[in-house]
Amino acid sequence: MAKFDEMAFYDHKEMTNISYAPPATPWMDTPVQFRPGSYIYPGKARHLEYLGLPNAREWEVTENDWKLQDNWKQIILEGMADRLQRFRSFKLFMDICVRCGACADKCHFFIGGGDPKNMPVLRAELLRSIYRKNFTAMGKVMGKIAGGRPLTIDVIKEWFYYFFQCTECRRCSVFCPYGIDTAEITIMGRELLGLLGIYVNWIIEPAANCFRTGNHLGIQPHTMKDIFDDFATDIEDITGISLDIPFNKKGAEVLFVTPSGDIFAEPGIYTAMGYCLFFNEIGLDYTWSTYASEGGNFGLFTSNEVMKRLNSKIYAEAQRLGVKYIIGGECGHMWRVLHQYMDTMNGPADFLETPKNPITGTVFEHAKSTKMIHIMEFMADLIKNGKMPPVDKSRNDDCVVTFHDSCNPARGMGIFEEPRYVLRHVCNNFVEMPENTIREQTFCCGGGAGLGTDENMEMRLRGGLPRGAAVKHVQDEHGVNRLSCMCAIDRATLHTVCEYWAHGVEVCGITELVANAMICKGEKKREINMRFQPLPGAEQE
Amino acid sequence: MSFMPSFLISLAAVAVLFGIGYGGAAAGAGAVIGIYVPYAALLVFLGGLVWKVADWANSPVPFRIPTTSGQQKSLDWIRRDPIDSPFTKGEVVLRMALEVLFFRSLLKNTKTQLHHGKPAYATDLWLWLAAIIFHYSMLVVLLRHLRLFLAETPFFVTAIERADGFMQVGVPVFYATSIGILLGLLWLLSRRILNPLVRYISLPNDYFPLLLLLGIAGSGFCLRYIDKTDIVAVKELTVGLASFSPAADAIANINPLFFGHLFLVAILFAYFPFSKLMHLAGVFLSPTRNLANNSRAERHINPWNPKVKMHTYDEYEDDFRDLMKEVGLPVEKE
Repeated sequence: MAKFDEMAFYDHKEMTNISYAPPATPWMDTPVQFRPGSYIYPGKARHLEYLGLPNAREWEVTENDWKLQDNWKQIILEGMADRLQRFRSFKLFMDICVRCGACADKCHFFIGGGDPKNMPVLRAELLRSIYRKNFTAMGKVMGKIAGGRPLTIDVIKEWFYYFFQCTECRRCSVFCPYGIDTAEITIMGRELLGLLGIYVNWIIEPAANCFRTGNHLGIQPHTMKDIFDDFATDIEDITGISLDIPFNKKGAEVLFVTPSGDIFAEPGIYTAMGYCLFFNEIGLDYTWSTYASEGGNFGLFTSNEVMKRLNSKIYAEAQRLGVKYIIGGECGHMWRVLHQYMDTMNGPADFLETPKNPITGTVFEHAKSTKMIHIMEFMADLIKNGKMPPVDKSRNDDCVVTFHDSCNPARGMGIFEEPRYVLRHVCNNFVEMPENTIREQTFCCGGGAGLGTDENMEMRLRGGLPRGAAVKHVQDEHGVNRLSCMCAIDRATLHTVCEYWAHGVEVCGITELVANAMICKGEKKREINMRFQPLPGAEQE
Repeated sequence: MSFMPSFLISLAAVAVLFGIGYGGAAAGAGAVIGIYVPYAALLVFLGGLVWKVADWANSPVPFRIPTTSGQQKSLDWIRRDPIDSPFTKGEVVLRMALEVLFFRSLLKNTKTQLHHGKPAYATDLWLWLAAIIFHYSMLVVLLRHLRLFLAETPFFVTAIERADGFMQVGVPVFYATSIGILLGLLWLLSRRILNPLVRYISLPNDYFPLLLLLGIAGSGFCLRYIDKTDIVAVKELTVGLASFSPAADAIANINPLFFGHLFLVAILFAYFPFSKLMHLAGVFLSPTRNLANNSRAERHINPWNPKVKMHTYDEYEDDFRDLMKEVGLPVEKE
């Protein structure tokens, strides 16, 4: 018998039997029910302690007593007051929603589950009702009639459930006539819960790991070196090229940072190996770092302070090593942080130089302050200038590829064309998914923002339904068998989503496809791809 | 609160308020309703508006968080989207103008439907259309009312009236926006009641302003087309109000219905700054729309950028020095 944390537990018929009809009881009178498979385990005390976060303790979601501080109500209300003063977004988004409902059916969790509190508007109302009751004149006087409700322990439990059923993907904010961004609401909600020591372990353990070892997975420097030694061996087996993978190299021109998820598990490792092969082939003077060995930032899912603490390592390491600028790998929320937060939090990076491609001479003026560019921007520049190593697209002919725009690079950065340009350069068969499911309207993998753990399987599958259905559509119509994406969380979670909703489609990074196609100087006759699978045509020979 | 009590409370509130205006005037308190209440409401409106906007503005924008919906500016040869991913101030102004004038985000609206568990998305412009019809009708109606507050009717008001009265039905001229505002409001109200999801999220805070506006538009419609009042006396009162020399003697000649209308307008003004109607001002301040997507080119400053505890490289090396040396990773301190 499959358990609730395995996908076989979930019957397809039941999972697609979705009703959008709201329950009979008004939402304020409908308390949350914790169903295994739909919530995430609490943060363990030792991780909170390591990060110096409040109210570190062991507790259970399904227990009645969450072991909160005696004055928890005061803590929440003061925390709200403080954040209303510090974040205009928060204050504004509490005030101006007209509940038009345009956002209602834009959330992947609502589409795939039908729980009305997963409508972005209602998710925000969970907070707004408390705001009205405690911070507005009308709410104080008229209470429920003015949409207010008292702060109770049930409200906290409801916040926990629904603020960890939002992946901060911002799809709803594209459609909101006032740009109300549920990611901002969820970020505030999670910060407030954090004041009570309410975190999920899937987020807080990686955050604590990252603070200590430099990466979410807690890979220590010697282990990391071993992993990359294995990469080098594999790359030599595949291509015949032996390469040095530089680590913590002072005076290198470029520091390369990418999420640690990609050096740990399939299919991300093929992309990580691809980076090594690519940089070696173009002869870039670059280095990896063991200290700044994480591009992703689970602090974004914790609080702006933790985000800043984890992110600080990137600039600090760039300065210590004396590099000129930084290149970032394929990752989703990592690029939200790098593009929209890093320079503000930990800049100015005046010890770095405006990124300049040493091979083409292109100066990346759009990154002249942050001094960090995306590897797809770098590759696109090489291709355009004819400086990309030659490629044999046919080596990817076993793949009919589609591209999943990851939420954060799409709606928190706007990088749409670069990855497509690179993809078209390295594979012959590329098709887009339906237009309401890509680019700025792209659907989340269902496991972003720290929700991609197996105990949350039901919600991951439900949240992954819109993406999965779009993949299934191109699988049926065009024979798509490969979903490319530039996000490490995607590579971990879309694997599950595809297996469930579009069986037979595999997930990969773009750089993996680049590495397959790239004809390296002095390579042996290539017979296998980065996955050690025979190249198309190789079997017949 | 469920639909019925929410709706009935709001309806009752509007009815009672109308009754106060109408009955008050009929009972001889026309001067209070026609002079003191409007002045007080205007004061509350202006004071509240300034206070609310200042309150928002007092909270900083710590991070540059535009919602990008188009290609960023990166390499010169990649065509970028200046509206949905604005890089310059001018482009932000353009994005905002399209948002404010044409409700551009609503124009992207889609409707999700499930077919055997497979979602399908179709363009859905009904909400956009209802919103546009209501808001623009409201704007024109407001501008037309300027005639009542200025002794000399400005040329643009006359021009708007001419355009608005293009149907030329009967006397008085029938204005398209007279019906537009009512239709728009009824449309918005009916979708709120009939769409189960929108009904589920609706609060008295949503029904009340819609019903209030319907009360205003409805009573205004009656005053113009059905139960007409002495418009010369009304103008005497309203011009007097605008010039701060209220003409109390005109009040006796005015239909009490007018005072019902006026009282609801006063309530709307006083209620406005404390309600969701502030989206009018708030949309201009929304950080996901009014910021340029240039955060890698220009550093955005957070005025309260917190001092936080970092884990420095030296501390890290202290934790792992021996392990690093074992595998030949360079270290700062031997």
